[in-house]
Amino acid sequence: MGGSLRELRPTLVWALIGVIFTLFAPSVLQLFTIINLTTAIALAVLALSLALVWGYGGILCFGQVAFFGLGAYAYTIGAINFGGSTWAILVAVMVASAFAAALGYFIFYGRVSDVYLGVITLTVTLILYSLIRRTSGPEYKIGNALLGGFNGVSSPPLNAPWDARAILFPEQVFYVAMAALIILYVFVGWLVTTHFGRVCVAIRENETRAELLGYDTRLYKLGIFTIGAGVAAIGGVLFCNGVGRVTPDVFSLYNAALTIIWVIVGGRGTLIGPIGATFGLFYLTASLGGQSVFNNNLVLGIILILFVLLVPKGVAPTLIDWTRRRSRPAGRERRRRRARPEGGA
Amino acid sequence: MDQVAALVIQLAYGVANLALISLGLAIIFGMMRVINLAHGEFLMLGGYTVVVATNNGVNLWIAMLILAPLVVGVIGVVVERLLIRWLYGRMVDTLLATWGLSLLLIGIVTSIFGASTATTVSVPIGVIRIGEYSVSGYDLFLIGVTLGLLGAVYAVLKLTKLGLVARGTMQNAEMASALGVSTSRIYMITFGLGAAVTGLAGGLLAPVTGVLPTIGATYIAKAFITVISGGASILAGTAAGSVLLGLVNGIFSFLTGPTFGEVALLLAAIVLLRLMPRGITGRFFRKSL
Amino acid sequence: MSAKARRGEAVVETRGLSMHFGGVRAVDQVDFTLYDKELRCLIGPNGAGKSTFFKCLTGQLRPTHGEVTIRGRETTGAEPHEIAGLGVGIKTQVPNVFDGVTVEENLWLAARRWHGAARARSLTAEVLERLRLGDIRRSLVGRLAHGQRQWVELGMVVAMEPWLVLLDEPAAGMTHEETARTAEIILEINEMAALIVVEHDMQFIRMISRTVTLFHEGRILMEDTMDAISADARAREIYLGRSA
Ligand SMILES: Nc1ncnc2c1ncn2[C@@H]1O[C@H](COP(=O)(O)OP(=O)(O)OP(=O)(O)O)[C@@H](O)[C@H]1O
Ligand SMILES: [Mg+2]
Repeated sequence: MGGSLRELRPTLVWALIGVIFTLFAPSVLQLFTIINLTTAIALAVLALSLALVWGYGGILCFGQVAFFGLGAYAYTIGAINFGGSTWAILVAVMVASAFAAALGYFIFYGRVSDVYLGVITLTVTLILYSLIRRTSGPEYKIGNALLGGFNGVSSPPLNAPWDARAILFPEQVFYVAMAALIILYVFVGWLVTTHFGRVCVAIRENETRAELLGYDTRLYKLGIFTIGAGVAAIGGVLFCNGVGRVTPDVFSLYNAALTIIWVIVGGRGTLIGPIGATFGLFYLTASLGGQSVFNNNLVLGIILILFVLLVPKGVAPTLIDWTRRRSRPAGRERRRRRARPEGGA
Repeated sequence: MDQVAALVIQLAYGVANLALISLGLAIIFGMMRVINLAHGEFLMLGGYTVVVATNNGVNLWIAMLILAPLVVGVIGVVVERLLIRWLYGRMVDTLLATWGLSLLLIGIVTSIFGASTATTVSVPIGVIRIGEYSVSGYDLFLIGVTLGLLGAVYAVLKLTKLGLVARGTMQNAEMASALGVSTSRIYMITFGLGAAVTGLAGGLLAPVTGVLPTIGATYIAKAFITVISGGASILAGTAAGSVLLGLVNGIFSFLTGPTFGEVALLLAAIVLLRLMPRGITGRFFRKSL
Repeated sequence: MSAKARRGEAVVETRGLSMHFGGVRAVDQVDFTLYDKELRCLIGPNGAGKSTFFKCLTGQLRPTHGEVTIRGRETTGAEPHEIAGLGVGIKTQVPNVFDGVTVEENLWLAARRWHGAARARSLTAEVLERLRLGDIRRSLVGRLAHGQRQWVELGMVVAMEPWLVLLDEPAAGMTHEETARTAEIILEINEMAALIVVEHDMQFIRMISRTVTLFHEGRILMEDTMDAISADARAREIYLGRSA
């Protein structure tokens, strides 16, 4: 097995930085900022999931946001019906993963190619969007939860495990969100160093060769796709807690594009890159805010085009290349021994 | 009897509508194997062209049938020269770049015209009565236009020199460029042509749907699945895809309401792709246009 | 068929195997038998259908007609990973390697598929040594020269420890020295496994050849020793006269 501590070191360093930030942020930042940050953290979990599925698994999923949105909806509906959040979280992960597994079966066992895969996953997302927008009547009801059409549903807040009366305060939700992000980050970071993860990377590099070695590539792709959907669903749970409600807009074309942009900007083949890009772009778009000349679509469109044309690898891999090249003359041998290219942070 | 006739016309309109919104996408996909994610925005630009032109006193028919394809076609050529041609051979990057373009176009149109538009264009042809039932005359007109458009594209591909070269490029781009055909120029013309057809479709639909910067999103899901289900043959693919999915959509909408019509359409497409990963024309009619 | 050394059971058999691409009959009604521990060379002009024949054996292509039997199991139309699972390793004509990862990782992925963690590690080290890839074990395969990439792929096949090995032009793009070393390795592999080797390099074939099968326009034209084939007028005309 992979997963040795040495390989995980960069991941653990970033995780430690995250822990320190979590401990000090609430005493430094205002409550409003903390609540806002919770939303950004939820989005970072979504970015992490696509960084896994696309960056490591090579699966061009344009609809990762579908699993995020399904997670948010499943959590909300579950929490309303169960009167507590504990089982609802589980339901959210299960629903999104099961949906991904079913969709993935058709995609991977049909051997649908890259470009088709992107377009199909995007189409699924858009159809979920228009489907849920139409559920405004009183007849669209799951248990006690009205789906509410384009107005969405307000999400019950998280509570302490198995104690529905102990509702968490916004600060506590922030701690939970950060903990989830850090744990998932370390989990995904570990996953890509296991045999399973390394095979997924191999499939990304050359699917034919992986098959000729005897790996059933369809199964591995289905596996990583399903795990990615589960991670995205947790992001969705955190998101509807940060915002307080879930609307069909989670499935919008804009959000689907945003997810792709985080991973492109941050860089495929790293995990910390897309997470960093999510926070960066979250604050960039927030600061553009209300004014209408440089609206978000315009700015994100330009960013996406410029990155595809000029920095196709993304920020983090480009930085890694650059620092390697600079430090090569002195520390060449040592560095070589340590670097496993797919084991970036 | 009248009810049947009305229903048939409705189904035919559903099929024609899919073909109309997909044809431009299919042209670009069939020739260049590029899925243009800004396709919805090309439709949107066609609609805006019509609205702006008629607001400035241009005759509606001229705006729809001439200006919309012209303006969007020119935009297509510009986009191809400035963006797409740097990315030939990099399928995924092309896809991402057209997505960036899609956001950019939404952004630009929003900056200029605002997030919503007050002005609309009214449907130029009234209803036609069939016994107790009435059908929209404009729907019938659109069915006719779609058939005409398919015929025109067929003629271009079959009869002109451009079509011959384009078909060669379509079959085998490397071979064509080895034979000295400038693939780059063909791609430019193709992209422009696809954009023009899309602009025409967007212009024709503007009176029915109105215009918004984000209206593209409502079309693209259907256009994508039509083209992907159809496969790489431009005409046979579009026709097969829209007939199959249009009928599925129409019948399910008739039985269960429009919400599930779209879901049925998607499910049909996904099952179809499991059976025929390269679309209907990847399996049947492989030699067709 | 005089030189055919029957050293055991038939491990690969094809009956009426055909692969058509539209009008092109890349493989046409091929009956072929390979025996256990045999080393067979496959020659034929460009476009004769050798690579297509390999692809039908490994499941990369589903034959239009006919059937393939590997060790008594009918495998026509089976998935590539299933056929690999029987113990069949292939080096393809265009090197199929994992470009973005290291040489060592490439070999480990091959070894680990069929062995536990500890054995996979030792097997990887063994193969690195045997193919003299130790110096470049930490290099990304995508940055290597063509000849080295060929060896990485050969190494992956060796690390699978297959009992049937298919090699499609293993010496293409190699220096003279590398070619000789490749021939040695092939003979080593042959101690444990049956092989089919496609090559254009006649000198190379003479280094390793036992029985040679000559492909032409999708069919087997003859099957004999290299010397007998070189002496045959028909064979000279379609093949040797042109490229050797
Ligand atoms: N996927 C394909 N689609 C269409 N034709 C193909 C395909 N693969 C191979 N062919 C054709 O089949 C014939 C046999 O090709 P193949 O690659 O098997 O020859 P080969 O003997 O390996 O030649 P070489 O010595 O050049 O490698 C050729 O005419 C080739 O053009
Ligand atoms: Mg060959």
